[in-house]
Amino acid sequence: MDQFTLNLLVVGATFALYIGIAIWARAGTTAEFYAAGQGVPPVMNGMATGADWMSAASFISMAGIIALAPAGGYEQSAFLMGWTGGYVLLALLLAPYLRKFGKFTVPEFIGDRFYSGGARLVAVVCLIVISVTYVIGQMRGVGVTFSRFLEVSTDTGLYIGGALVFIYAVLGGMKGITYTQVAQYVVLIIAYTVPAIFISLQLTGSFLPQLGLVGSYAPSGGEVSMLAKLDSVVTELGFKAYTSDSPNMFNMFLFTMSLMIGTAGLPHVIIRFFTVPKVSDARSSAGWALVFIALLYTVAPAVGSMARLNLTTTFWPGAVTGTALSAPALSIAEIDSNPNLSWIRTWEKTKLLEMADKNGDGLIQYFNEPKVVADAGKVLAAANKALADAAADADKAPLEAAIVEAQAAFDAALTEGKLGDKSLAELGFKGNELTKVDNDIMVLANPEIAALPGWVIALVAAGALAAALSTAAGLLLAISSAISHDLIKGSINPDISEKSELMWARIAMTGAIIVATYLGLNPPGFAAQVVALAFGLAAATIFPTLMMGIFSKRINKEGAIAGMLAGLVFTAVYIFLFKGWFFVPGTNVYPDTADQWFFGISPLSIGTIGALVNFIVAYVVSMATKAPPAHVVDLIESIRVPKGAGKAQSH
Amino acid sequence: MADKSSANAYWAANVRIILISLAIWFVSSFGLGILLRPALKGIMVGGADLGFWFAQNGSIYIFIVLIFVYAWMMGKIDAEHGVEE
Repeated sequence: MDQFTLNLLVVGATFALYIGIAIWARAGTTAEFYAAGQGVPPVMNGMATGADWMSAASFISMAGIIALAPAGGYEQSAFLMGWTGGYVLLALLLAPYLRKFGKFTVPEFIGDRFYSGGARLVAVVCLIVISVTYVIGQMRGVGVTFSRFLEVSTDTGLYIGGALVFIYAVLGGMKGITYTQVAQYVVLIIAYTVPAIFISLQLTGSFLPQLGLVGSYAPSGGEVSMLAKLDSVVTELGFKAYTSDSPNMFNMFLFTMSLMIGTAGLPHVIIRFFTVPKVSDARSSAGWALVFIALLYTVAPAVGSMARLNLTTTFWPGAVTGTALSAPALSIAEIDSNPNLSWIRTWEKTKLLEMADKNGDGLIQYFNEPKVVADAGKVLAAANKALADAAADADKAPLEAAIVEAQAAFDAALTEGKLGDKSLAELGFKGNELTKVDNDIMVLANPEIAALPGWVIALVAAGALAAALSTAAGLLLAISSAISHDLIKGSINPDISEKSELMWARIAMTGAIIVATYLGLNPPGFAAQVVALAFGLAAATIFPTLMMGIFSKRINKEGAIAGMLAGLVFTAVYIFLFKGWFFVPGTNVYPDTADQWFFGISPLSIGTIGALVNFIVAYVVSMATKAPPAHVVDLIESIRVPKGAGKAQSH
Repeated sequence: MADKSSANAYWAANVRIILISLAIWFVSSFGLGILLRPALKGIMVGGADLGFWFAQNGSIYIFIVLIFVYAWMMGKIDAEHGVEE
């Protein structure tokens, strides 16, 4: 059976499973549609939260982001700590109290606690901006995974994914989504850990990748640690050491904090804790969620570092026992004849890997070009392009002269730029020949690099789809419940019957799926930037407002609204200053480079400061205005004690 | 909830546990994983220095233990103050 048929079978089987669950878990009431009837056991909710939380980015990209970061893998630990530490904040500061409150949406709590339809509306706006920006990436992830593994176009993949989410989300609401997510979690975690175990066994002899990360490098006899080997190999090739310190510790601190409080403020994560039966379940469920998330997040740095080492030693066979340059680089003949290396050509076709034998020696030299060489290479490429683009009747002489000049500068740079103590000219290199290594290949090609059986490759395809679909469904539920429950029932038509609210919830879900699919097909140019916006806004608006609503009796309506708006505007403006107004390219006021950031704070890290702005503004405004009324103080006192948490009420 | 003072005592006990937990949360990630890493380079966890290991694995284990210990302690305090479900 060929790989394609196998992929189709495994992915088809998982889809049949999801649809089967959806039919079994149909929602009959709004309580089931919004909060799965508050009957989800905490362990199961933890598993569903894990699938909800771990997106296409976590599954496909994160290990590669860590592995290939130019400043080294250590600095990217911000993702690992940030995307897990947020659950501590959720368990300690938000989840149990919001479960005691016992209603269905985040804006509903903000509206009741701050006795204001206006506050609820601001929260709805923040929620929709956060969730819509987030869902675009998931829909793209679905399309891209389909196109890579199932030989359909990205657009067709998107339609299939959209249709599948439609079936189980519209039919089952939170109930259908929850039980599907449990199944999706199982698929994705097996798909992630099986290749990781194999690569860990090969490189370190450790069955557990977490131990392999700190283990010793087995192929050279186990005398050096895996990380020390990785450091020595990549520094020899001109890259920064994998474990080197962060060049900007202050920014790494703020970035980690932004991801943590952003995680705790993401509405689609918070609403998962409305589904458990009791307040104490909300606390332990956050712990279970983190256990299931940690199964992937503690493996990811092992996958990243080992895949990087594996990739480097594949192209520099001498690096396994000695130094990289002690033996010739991998030859093209070897790539084409050795069946264990067929993955290189496979992934070259998808453009995740690109090669160019610049010096024509039949070998592929992979290294980090010294800056003089890289700069001179860019000038030379531009000169060549100018000639190629010139009109047929144009005067070519000056363009040709420019190329000769650029070529001379490039040759000079080759004698100047060094790898170790030898110049590139002495080594006979004309530049890095593995011209592109996409982050995603670290996970996607892992089973092939480790020469694992075809079913493991098919499983990775199913796992990537499960990760993207489960997160998309959770986000779509957060969006549709904000529309049907907070907008339609909350302000437009409060007298709506249970039955028609359920119908509206389904209509809103359908609308959200159509919008998300459309945005996936026509992604706004800023798709890559939006995660910064989603986390920044969640950190600066939802998290501080919820926290103050629970822990302070003095923060009032005026303070909460002013705080949310201040956090929203401050964070969005800071991001827009560097990324362009509403992400329109070219409208940025400052170039998005580290030396331009105020106090070295990157736009990705600004959510922490935005949260501080929210806290301070809310406090100052509240102190200057009237204290909240008595019934609100009663509400706060009631959510602080677990006793009396019943089923959620829709009123 | 019997009376106001017992409610306040329950809340004060909860806030105390939260503050202790947050201190551990902060030290294990921001402290050992980021700020103190350069100072602790000499201490190794297998093949990684202590700060690197805390940043990539250790802090996550601490987070898990922290949440379960918090849930367990709060369960006890709920019962002591008679506010359990």
